[in-house]
Amino acid sequence: MSPTSAKSPSAPVAARDPDELRRLYTEMLRIRRFEESAARAYTQGKISGFLHLYIGQEAIAVATADLMKPGDRVVTTYRDHGFAVALGCKTGACMAELYGKKTGLVGGNGGSMHFFAKEEGLWGGYAIVGGHVPVAAGHAYASKYKKDGAVTLCFLGEGAMHIGATHEGMHLAGLWRLPIVFVIENNQYAMGTPLSRQSPVEDLTVRAPSYRMTSDRWVVRDVFETRDRLAKAIDRAREESQPTLIELLTYRFRGHSMSDPAKYRTKDEVEKWKEIDPLHRAEKELHEEHGVSEDELESIDDKVTEEMDAAVDFAESSPLPDPEHRFRNHYVEDDLAATEG
Amino acid sequence: MAEIQIREALRQAIDEEMGRDDTVFIMGEEVGHYNGAYKVTEGLLDRYGEQRVVDTPIAEAGFAGVGVGAAMAGLRPIIEFMTFNFSAVAFDQILNNAAKLRQLSNGQFTLPMVFRGPNAAAHMLSSTHSQAFEAFYCGFPGVKVISVATPYDAKGLLKSAIRDDNPVIFFESEVMYSVKGEVPDGEYLIPIGQADIKRPGDQVTVVTWGQGVPVALAAAELAAADGIDCEVIDLRTLRPMDTEAVLQSVRKTNRAALIYHGWPYGGTGAEISDRIQRLAFDHLDAPIERVCYEDLNMPYAENLENLVIPSPERALEGIRRVAYFNV
Repeated sequence: MSPTSAKSPSAPVAARDPDELRRLYTEMLRIRRFEESAARAYTQGKISGFLHLYIGQEAIAVATADLMKPGDRVVTTYRDHGFAVALGCKTGACMAELYGKKTGLVGGNGGSMHFFAKEEGLWGGYAIVGGHVPVAAGHAYASKYKKDGAVTLCFLGEGAMHIGATHEGMHLAGLWRLPIVFVIENNQYAMGTPLSRQSPVEDLTVRAPSYRMTSDRWVVRDVFETRDRLAKAIDRAREESQPTLIELLTYRFRGHSMSDPAKYRTKDEVEKWKEIDPLHRAEKELHEEHGVSEDELESIDDKVTEEMDAAVDFAESSPLPDPEHRFRNHYVEDDLAATEG
Repeated sequence: MAEIQIREALRQAIDEEMGRDDTVFIMGEEVGHYNGAYKVTEGLLDRYGEQRVVDTPIAEAGFAGVGVGAAMAGLRPIIEFMTFNFSAVAFDQILNNAAKLRQLSNGQFTLPMVFRGPNAAAHMLSSTHSQAFEAFYCGFPGVKVISVATPYDAKGLLKSAIRDDNPVIFFESEVMYSVKGEVPDGEYLIPIGQADIKRPGDQVTVVTWGQGVPVALAAAELAAADGIDCEVIDLRTLRPMDTEAVLQSVRKTNRAALIYHGWPYGGTGAEISDRIQRLAFDHLDAPIERVCYEDLNMPYAENLENLVIPSPERALEGIRRVAYFNV
């Protein structure tokens, strides 16, 4: 699918404050440079496992993080590094997790696909497609139960729209009017299968009425627009305890994972999406509309690159987990896993 | 001491724990307005309201997952499966989420929750509704597994399960909800992980749990008539298993028969059998016997079902074989 085929009216953008844009641009750039560093380490054979990169989708995590209040939570898929970086997790700890190190975000238990950072609001990267949707609804159920005012933001790929757990989770959220926002990150391909071969309908928000949810759908080309439209859904959840279904049309510029050369799509298609890459558009706007010089942009990039180099250094110089670590946290009683069997 | 049914004992446990802790709630099909498919939750909706006694649509994966998410956020859900047969469609939520999230998150999340409901064959429900799920839920770390056979155990262990900070699988039995027994008037808890000797004896160790308990006790009576003195051990908790209680008995009797509802292949009996042979090999005088379901899908017809399910008579044959009694 080409980006222009999605009928998405340009929403009026409230403010295009250059300093705001520079801040959001820097955050998006941090994710991209983190992912590129991870890809490099993977290619060099320094990290293993599966590695799914967020390159192209950064604006979504950055806009989301900007809107979250303390107590709000993101529940997402295995393509989870972007949210971790955007939510303020230390990039060193994130990188160390990919390296399977003791200092990793979850101590080397999860790897790329299972990032958790409760304090930062990242309530999980989940690696069984759709399995996290009912869990996210459960977080929202608890918020309604405890009246804590927190909003749960549940992200899923378009590929997750076709599995049963997703339907059940959304169905219960609709039935019980839970304070939750479901955001489909439609990056056009479920691994190598385009949406046209997965779904009888192109617009996935057509399901919203069956859950009695308000919906919204747009092409992610601008971080401000994405933030403004997400904000409406978050407000609806927080103020009125009403769930929303959003479909974001976006694109991953890399393959599904590092082992995927993405031969199922044309160069022309990738180029068309690159034209609306929110990161590049922000950079262009900063330079052309707000007078940010190339030198300044370069210095932002240098600083970000420096951070990611430090993250890699931290990961590489970190120790491996202790052998005893494998027994921990299977149960509240740490000794139970070691004694059973 | 009052004599009450297992369903009443379970209800008392839920009621007392909901009364004591506002974060405990129960969710499942027909638990509220219908008062429970087996009347375990009768009257709870009136007492605690719709937010804490939650009727769900027929969506096991959905509400099991909601339970997981609610537990992570600080609540203590009790998820009722109308039968554990229906837990099969929620298996991913238990296997990949409930059992793993504490470890995956490196201890950031705690999942204090109970999945409960009837397990194993009832009567003439055919293959999809007659399954015993112990082997599946004991087959991976991260959960505790309980199976009860008396009102006393049902109440004391369910209360412990609700207070436990780990996910607990709690097996009941559809054909045993009306079984009566004495329960103390005051509050009590039974620790998870402790077996109970339901009948002392010194010639054959009979290991059982859940719906196997009445079968094993009846078989022990029949064996007594043959002059074989059985010690019947009700494991009550299958994971973590009270291996020492079993070994202690086997060291005395030198013989073991495992009598339970469940398949033989890769079943819970196979695990117990392995522990006995590995840890008490020198004490054994006979091969360990397993009396359980035949390795078949459960037929509907009553005469056929009775052949597949372990009867006291078939259990007696097993006991006689391990005792090298004339069979």
